[in-house]
Amino acid sequence: MTEYNFAYLDEQTKRMIRRAILKGLAIPGYQVPFASREMPMPYGWGTGGVQVSAAVLTPSDTFKVIDQGADDTTNAVSIRTFFQRTAGVATTTATSDATVIQTRHRIPEEPLHEGQILVYQVPIPEPLRFLEPRESETRKMHSLEEYGLMHVKLYEDIIRHGHIATSYAYPVKVEGRYVMDPSPIPKFDNPKLRDMAAIQLFGAGREQRIYALPPYTQVVSLDFEDHPFEASKADHPCGMCGATDSYLDELIIDDIGGRMFVCSDTDYCEVRQAAGHKGKDAA
Amino acid sequence: MQANTLSGGFADPATQSAYAFRSVMEAMARPGTIQDIEGAAPPAPLSPAMGAVLLTLCDTETPVYLAGDMDCEAARAWLAFHTGAPFVGPAHCMFAVGTWDALTPLAVYPIGTSEYPDRSATLIVACSELAAGTTLTGPGIKDQATLSLPEVEAFQANRTLFPLGLDFIFTCGERLAALPRSTEVSRSSSEAIAQAGAS
Repeated sequence: MTEYNFAYLDEQTKRMIRRAILKGLAIPGYQVPFASREMPMPYGWGTGGVQVSAAVLTPSDTFKVIDQGADDTTNAVSIRTFFQRTAGVATTTATSDATVIQTRHRIPEEPLHEGQILVYQVPIPEPLRFLEPRESETRKMHSLEEYGLMHVKLYEDIIRHGHIATSYAYPVKVEGRYVMDPSPIPKFDNPKLRDMAAIQLFGAGREQRIYALPPYTQVVSLDFEDHPFEASKADHPCGMCGATDSYLDELIIDDIGGRMFVCSDTDYCEVRQAAGHKGKDAA
Repeated sequence: MQANTLSGGFADPATQSAYAFRSVMEAMARPGTIQDIEGAAPPAPLSPAMGAVLLTLCDTETPVYLAGDMDCEAARAWLAFHTGAPFVGPAHCMFAVGTWDALTPLAVYPIGTSEYPDRSATLIVACSELAAGTTLTGPGIKDQATLSLPEVEAFQANRTLFPLGLDFIFTCGERLAALPRSTEVSRSSSEAIAQAGAS
């Protein structure tokens, strides 16, 4: 603990990130540029989320990290250990016990409560980037509220596939103003962005952007009147806990096409199994 | 240089500023809520809450404007020693510090540009009290919240600039509240309900 400043980053860096977070909260959905630092992990491993977590953590926090819903994958384990060592914070895998949750590509199934903070790792924060590669242009488009191109993209989906085929990183509009990339969460999670009791912070390290959603913010997934947004998931119950309301991962279990579906949120699945719920594939 | 210039900062900057920031962030994320903030003991006329906010957010990269009576030798020397923040006029500041009467009119502060609305000032307002009062609605608020505000019109005008505009942190003793530009300020609760119904 004496080798590093609390939570790894130096104080001047934390102040810079904290100022960006406050502006992000004041302008929901707007991407605030920040001077992202080199972190002791590669870009793409959640350096943005880690910097945001480092700026908000206090010694009395309980920290949880999930990667695609799981607490026990490499990325989640290494980031959790990182803050255990550099900030000395308590860690947990239980969603309800955590005060700060860093996440890669999922929102926990269990509804979050006031007093919790959800920190997203974001690879490409700009929802318009694959439609318009120039930053100077996308910035102008946001300032002019010129989001027609995004609707054209969704429309082309319908022409090509008969429905909106975007299944993750599904664009949302925040408080009727900014179109925002919710990070690559499945569109199943999009309805949870709206009116959440917890504070949501988004950090993109490589792209040097921070944005935020205060609690109880209006977040609407883009759609059309005749093609309304639909939060979709695999049409199965969880093989382990039998849940029918959770987002599922598909696992290939042998080489003759056998497969099973299990909750992507490991904590949710384990809590249900402990409570006696059993799926058809449970041992 | 007076002795109290050197004292009154955070004894343990890393953890105390972490706790102080969480108070500021909770206040900014939940307009109308009143948060405790402690750890700083700046010389008058700066309040402990004001001192803690400045220590948490200011450094050599953040120009500060001291308005009215706040622009005194004691405050300047304390801020210079503890934060290193440069002192500027209102048109170029990132943070402005003062009583409401000293800070107004608001037209002089940077409100950001349409491409960079974050490049706007945050006003840290010294208040004689923080309590329930004017009705607030908007992001961060479930249904509605209330907060004692020094006036109403200025905040309503600020809201119309969204996404540009100023953000406010109200301080009193060791407590603070905040009002981001996104918050709708109404005179009465019936007005707030009418507004919610119309939107």
